[in-house]
Amino acid sequence: MSLRVLVGVKRVMDAYVKVRVKPNNTGVDLANVKMSMNPFCEIAVEEAVRLKEQKLAAEVVALSVGPPKCQETLRTALAMGADRAIHVVTDEKTRTDMDLQPLAVAKIMQQIVKQTEANLVLLGKQSIDDDSNQTGQILSGLLSWPLGTFASSIDVDGQKLTVTQEVDSGLTTVSMALPAVVTVDLRLNEPRYANLPNIMKARKKPIEVIPLDTMKLDVAPRLKYLSVEEPPQRQAGVKVETVQDLVAALKSKVWS
Amino acid sequence: QASTVLADHDNKSLGTSTRSTVKAASCIKGDVSVLVVGLDCKSVAEQAAKLAGVTKVLHVDHTAFQHQTTDCLSNVIQRLQSEHKYSHILGSTSTTAKAVLPHVAAKLESEDIFVRAMYAGNALASVQSPRKQTKLLSKKTSCEAASGAISWVKDELSTSDRPELGSAPIVVSGGRGMQSGENFKILYTLAEQMGAAVGASRAAVDAGFAPNDMQVGQTGKVVAPQLYLAVDISGAIQHLAGMKDSKNIVAINKDPEAPIFQVADYGMVADLFKVVPDLTKELQKK
Repeated sequence: MSLRVLVGVKRVMDAYVKVRVKPNNTGVDLANVKMSMNPFCEIAVEEAVRLKEQKLAAEVVALSVGPPKCQETLRTALAMGADRAIHVVTDEKTRTDMDLQPLAVAKIMQQIVKQTEANLVLLGKQSIDDDSNQTGQILSGLLSWPLGTFASSIDVDGQKLTVTQEVDSGLTTVSMALPAVVTVDLRLNEPRYANLPNIMKARKKPIEVIPLDTMKLDVAPRLKYLSVEEPPQRQAGVKVETVQDLVAALKSKVWS
Repeated sequence: QASTVLADHDNKSLGTSTRSTVKAASCIKGDVSVLVVGLDCKSVAEQAAKLAGVTKVLHVDHTAFQHQTTDCLSNVIQRLQSEHKYSHILGSTSTTAKAVLPHVAAKLESEDIFVRAMYAGNALASVQSPRKQTKLLSKKTSCEAASGAISWVKDELSTSDRPELGSAPIVVSGGRGMQSGENFKILYTLAEQMGAAVGASRAAVDAGFAPNDMQVGQTGKVVAPQLYLAVDISGAIQHLAGMKDSKNIVAINKDPEAPIFQVADYGMVADLFKVVPDLTKELQKK
């Protein structure tokens, strides 16, 4: 039982909320919008908790970086079964979809990895707001730890990790020695819903709060957002009545 | 000033995505080279050399690179960067490039400039990176020595004759209205006829009608084929995020109020169990 798992948890706009860009084109409107745990982070938490339940992991620590409200998301991770949480807190105005960029988050995680002596970092493959798909990869670069990406299965055998990765052409399985960074994909597991007793229990679990500015890191955004715009809207087309009409339309307009 | 493009390939043929990446690279001032790393992949290098705008192909061939593991590719790129000092290193959105480029960026402390989609394409951000000299790590690890951290175990490549969902020119997708996994067979038959890949909505995947890797949408695959045929898919935001950049959208749905019709170029209000077989037959006549 040697695994110490650090799992990244990001608070994002809920996946079912319609995305609206602010009229002044400075970003997506997050005011009064339902926020939830990033779905890929849920999968990472679930996997970490399962490792703990299989007695492969000694401890599961959930980490979130962002404004004070990220604590809600950390409570969800604790209710799912994480042992404790660390919240690297920013000011309220910091937008985690634009201001905190993957390199900054990876640098923060690098320090927390040291502090927690984690030897496995589990992260979602990407967050559904900025869609960067970079933090895990950068972190593995900073730590010089081996990297598994798009994991659809993770097997731990002593100090060895076998990861099946979802690649464009199918699946590729790789193995690596711990410590390692693994980013997880949709097929890895189905995250549990936290039940009431566990939600109550989670209230008593500790959340360590670390103000970001005490970490003395250069977390300045590397990409400057010039503008954020709505994509061009599609227009509704025509209705066709019969299969013959449809094929004719396809032949003349699409396959011509 | 020069840029290099990491080629997508399977040691035999060059991925079509590399063509787009080269095209993007040629918008940047300076020479464009293509980097082909693999084993016995000379034919890939030759294909890359034929692409318009490519001034040089760097062909790295070694048994250690057969499976293009992330750490191997990363080491090769770092080595080449220390020699050639590229202003830009580009890759497509293939899983290989997505895995390796941020890793390399961390190693090189480099930065990017691009226009990118966020919120699954529901917002488009124009971003800029302050131009800085690319700072290099002095670490010079040998490629072979470093190839041990991640070791390849096995590949299970999709054996389906149908094209791959992410790059197929035509995609046929089914929704909850398919009613069962068994019923998806009529979509497979139609897809075969059209040379299409088959996708599914999240509702269909959640209901167990189709496996997870067929899911098109925000948390599944994002596709942009020439033709997207949505069969009994209502058109939830989640799903639209994954397919609304398709060139042409055809929707078949028995509910005339389904939101999918608002984005479809051609809509047909009809029963899929009648239309899909009819369509298959009609296309056979061609």
